Amino acid sequence: MCANKVSSPIDEQVLISLKAGDRVLISGTIYTARDAAHKRMSEALQKGEDLPFNIKGQTIYYVGPTPAKPGQIIGSAGPTTSGRMDKYTPSLLDRGLKGMIGKGYRSQEVIDSMKKNKAVYFAAIGGSGALIARSIKSMEVIAYEDLGPEAIYKLTVENFPAVVIIDSEGTDWYQVGKEQFKQQADQ
Amino acid sequence: MRTITYEEIVERVSKMCQEANFDLGQDVVEAFQSALKNESSETGKDILEQLILNADIAKSERVPMCQDTGVSVFIVEVGQDCHIAGGSIYNAINEGVKKGYEEGYLRHSIVDHPITREKSKGYNTPSIIHIELVPGDQIVIHMSAKGGGSENMSSLKMLKPSDGLEGIKKYILDTVAIAGPNACPPLVVGVGIGGNFERCAYLAKKSLFRPIGHRSERPELAQLENELMEEINKLGIGPQGMGGNTTALDVKVEIEPCHIAALPVAVNLNCHASRHKEVRL
Repeated sequence: MCANKVSSPIDEQVLISLKAGDRVLISGTIYTARDAAHKRMSEALQKGEDLPFNIKGQTIYYVGPTPAKPGQIIGSAGPTTSGRMDKYTPSLLDRGLKGMIGKGYRSQEVIDSMKKNKAVYFAAIGGSGALIARSIKSMEVIAYEDLGPEAIYKLTVENFPAVVIIDSEGTDWYQVGKEQFKQQADQ
Repeated sequence: MRTITYEEIVERVSKMCQEANFDLGQDVVEAFQSALKNESSETGKDILEQLILNADIAKSERVPMCQDTGVSVFIVEVGQDCHIAGGSIYNAINEGVKKGYEEGYLRHSIVDHPITREKSKGYNTPSIIHIELVPGDQIVIHMSAKGGGSENMSSLKMLKPSDGLEGIKKYILDTVAIAGPNACPPLVVGVGIGGNFERCAYLAKKSLFRPIGHRSERPELAQLENELMEEINKLGIGPQGMGGNTTALDVKVEIEPCHIAALPVAVNLNCHASRHKEVRL
């Protein structure tokens, strides 16, 4: 597989150079959050409180892993459907969130906010949680521990495989990719 | 009358929950391999290869192939000449699920209250259990670990009889197109037609328990399954919705008689991690 190596937090120049459809291998620090953690972060912002970690320049991975077996760093850890986080996402992008990893469509509001704030959305392969777990080198809970698999964890990843789905210009690979192969099928 | 004990059901269910999550059926792996030969997208091929590798890792290391280890859905054929000793079959199945999910380090993904979202106290229970009473003295337990992503993109509609076959096909194709990447394609598409509101949903679910590659015994339905398969794979959605010609691994159709005024259709989508196991007691 031909893929670009990307470090997280993602350098601004690198981020802008990423284009929809690019395959990447991400290394560095990423944070997990899914439905319940997003709801709590959103409630914190509404009350004027700080987020549990400095989100500026960071990447969030939408995942709720299975419990680790003895000796494992993490259990299976593939992406969950990103669209459920759409409602909460623009306010996080406005506060400096630069990268998101998940699977599935994003709303127009999220895409507009990504263009405005220059952010990128990656998809990991849904349903390949056993394979993805191999690229996760450390895991540390940093907030909302009571949420179990839905807590916020800080992960160190090495060559985490993903595809750029929506780039900082708002091009959506789900639309481009589908059209390309639909046209082929029609011919 | 044959007697089957509560404990035996608990043990068998516990094991099958773990096997379903660790060991993807050979029918699914073979479908990946055959899709890989026909897929023209490079990214699509890459994804299919990673899914085959993922299934290998899950099986050899005995870890779940997907972090969404699902809601356990059971269809249980209970022979009417069989006696279950020691407690209710529903409790036995739920106890087996709790044991299997805890011992197998599988994820607890159930909330007790759909509105308050309060988490269930029984580990990944209650399960969804359908019991069918059949002749004989055996119990056959069919189990599925059903993921939330594909279930969320499933759909049910009461069509008009005048919508006919064309209307049915359009509704199925639209459902798959709307689901796009969210349901984790390549999919197994289960379709229930007829019955009534709740029966068509059950038929769609039940159809997903048939192995991949298995065609309906009714020739007109087998033909419909083939036609739908071809049409769905022309949508361009491809593996993980990133473009390609493998959108569905299979399509299953089940029908039942229905009211003269009705044409209920349900489309139950299953992600590529089509985790089904069967045990016979």
